[in-house]
Amino acid sequence: MSTAAKPRLAVYKFASCDGCQLSLLDCEDELLAVAGAVEIAYFVEARRQTLAGPYDITLVEGSVTTEEEIERIKEVRRQSRFLVAIGACATAGGIQSLRNWIDVNDYVNTVYATPEYIDTLATSKPISDYVEVDFELRGCPISKYQLLELVTSLLIGRLPHLPSHSVCQECKARGTVCVTVAQGIPCLGPVTLGGCWAICPAFNRGCYGCFGPVEDGNPIALGEQFMALGQTGAQVSRAFRGFNGYAPVFRQASEYFEDK
Amino acid sequence: MAENLPSPGEQVVIAKPALQSVFKALDSAGYTLIAPVLRNEAIIYDEVSSVDELPIGWTAETGPGHYRLEQRGDESFFGFPAGPSTWKGYLYPSRLKLFSVSKNGGGYQTVPNQDVSPSYAFIGVRACELAAIAIQDRVFIEGPFQDPHYEARREKAFILAVNCTEPGETCFCASMGAGPRCTQAFDLALTELRDAFVIEIGSPLGARMLLDVEWSFAGALELGRADQKITDAENQMGRTLDTSDLPGLLYDNLEHPRWDDVAERCLSCTNCTLVCPTCFCSDMKDISDLTGANTERVRVWDSCFNPDFSYVHGGHLRPNIRARYRQWLTHKLASWIDQFGTSGCVGCGRCITWCPVGIDLTEEIAAIRDEA
Repeated sequence: MSTAAKPRLAVYKFASCDGCQLSLLDCEDELLAVAGAVEIAYFVEARRQTLAGPYDITLVEGSVTTEEEIERIKEVRRQSRFLVAIGACATAGGIQSLRNWIDVNDYVNTVYATPEYIDTLATSKPISDYVEVDFELRGCPISKYQLLELVTSLLIGRLPHLPSHSVCQECKARGTVCVTVAQGIPCLGPVTLGGCWAICPAFNRGCYGCFGPVEDGNPIALGEQFMALGQTGAQVSRAFRGFNGYAPVFRQASEYFEDK
Repeated sequence: MAENLPSPGEQVVIAKPALQSVFKALDSAGYTLIAPVLRNEAIIYDEVSSVDELPIGWTAETGPGHYRLEQRGDESFFGFPAGPSTWKGYLYPSRLKLFSVSKNGGGYQTVPNQDVSPSYAFIGVRACELAAIAIQDRVFIEGPFQDPHYEARREKAFILAVNCTEPGETCFCASMGAGPRCTQAFDLALTELRDAFVIEIGSPLGARMLLDVEWSFAGALELGRADQKITDAENQMGRTLDTSDLPGLLYDNLEHPRWDDVAERCLSCTNCTLVCPTCFCSDMKDISDLTGANTERVRVWDSCFNPDFSYVHGGHLRPNIRARYRQWLTHKLASWIDQFGTSGCVGCGRCITWCPVGIDLTEEIAAIRDEA
């Protein structure tokens, strides 16, 4: 990336709420530095002008939910040197992957006044199910600090420093008292990847699992503990089936507890 | 005035409200007072300026994976078992900048962290915590390499210890020889009676904090009562750990089926290591700006339960929870002795209480011992 011309950045959206790409605009203090370091070539929420590919860094937000999106992600891949999937939708299928457990037509008929206008796939799946992904940033939404770290590492040509620890480590580092132990609140923190600075437990809420499963976690043991605290199997299943519910580890846990 | 102060080793009695004068003296001496406070449904350590901020009348029920505040129905200042906080968090902070590096023409310039380290007065340090600080001293100061940040904070720290009269359900300091009586170095050590504190003077500096306090030498009655309370505490430990030849037991049972059993339950979430007052592992992060011209090296807490902790080129040295739990417990109770000359466990019970699924190391050791 040490060519004379500035690296070209593109931001694409699939089935998503836009929150992750807005994390880039949310960089505020660092935004001018980012704009100075890269050419923002395609980012329709930030720049009216759009420049054709190829792109050096492409951030892809959202899951794949339509036939049209399958074709579009393939084209984005062709135009991109580094393709980075950002957020729970792009890396796990998002909350909309709840459809993967039911007949999507039931949802379509319930939600839309004119269901025949809707042309959708039966599933919501992550970008990596359709194309090769070079890197993933987790989160719902992603952390702007991780996004900056990723862009920085790509510009400098080193590996990004991103956490591999659970949310628990962040609670302990910031001095938050464990809400499960001290209050009996079910919390996905022990099996969820950190990166959010453990914001929910700091406000007396259990973790919702926004950053998806931590590597080598033990969600079954955690779910058993939730049941010991008085939750039903259905409640435990629902806890795992959130924004990252279709991430394989949480998916298995949610199915394990569904009928317990 | 000096002749009016007690000497190290002597024991005095003060009225409970007079503790505020000790706080004032510490504050005037430039210390930042850190003491137990009631916060977020627990008794944690935080900055205070007045004794009114202590969790007077409160205690906590503890158990494996369980902690609940309770009112005592009396006016005890220190009538609770240790909570989730540790003094480690102050001597060895969870995040510390070590130095920064800036590109400078053709080379680079390194600027060490020259922040003046804080002067803390730790209020209410239990015997198990004193033992834990002594263990970290061995790691950070007394070994072949010294950590200047820890050393500076440690040397400045004033320690107002408390002989523990309220062990919790997960406590076993008596098994570890770490408590409940404060025997390691302190500046002052309190024993709480119903209407007074018996204070043992640990250092001339500690004695000076009594300058504005009305005190009298403790009589046989007060000393007897204080001693009885500590002896009672020793007999009320919620847990015991048979420490006989723990290294031999663990080294001979590295393939014991109990490791598979605990791996089924362990979340590998790192809580036990982070609440442990002796665990000291850290990671280094280099944080650079977008151009790479300015970088900071930061030390952050790490844990042997993290996937990246034992990752080296080619893969994980400890690739699963079984290997990680075994490593932690074996280091804590066995190879720590080979490495530092003492056990790494002080029996404070935090790893039991604050494990979200309530894994109890005393139970794990007993199971291995029974089936060995």
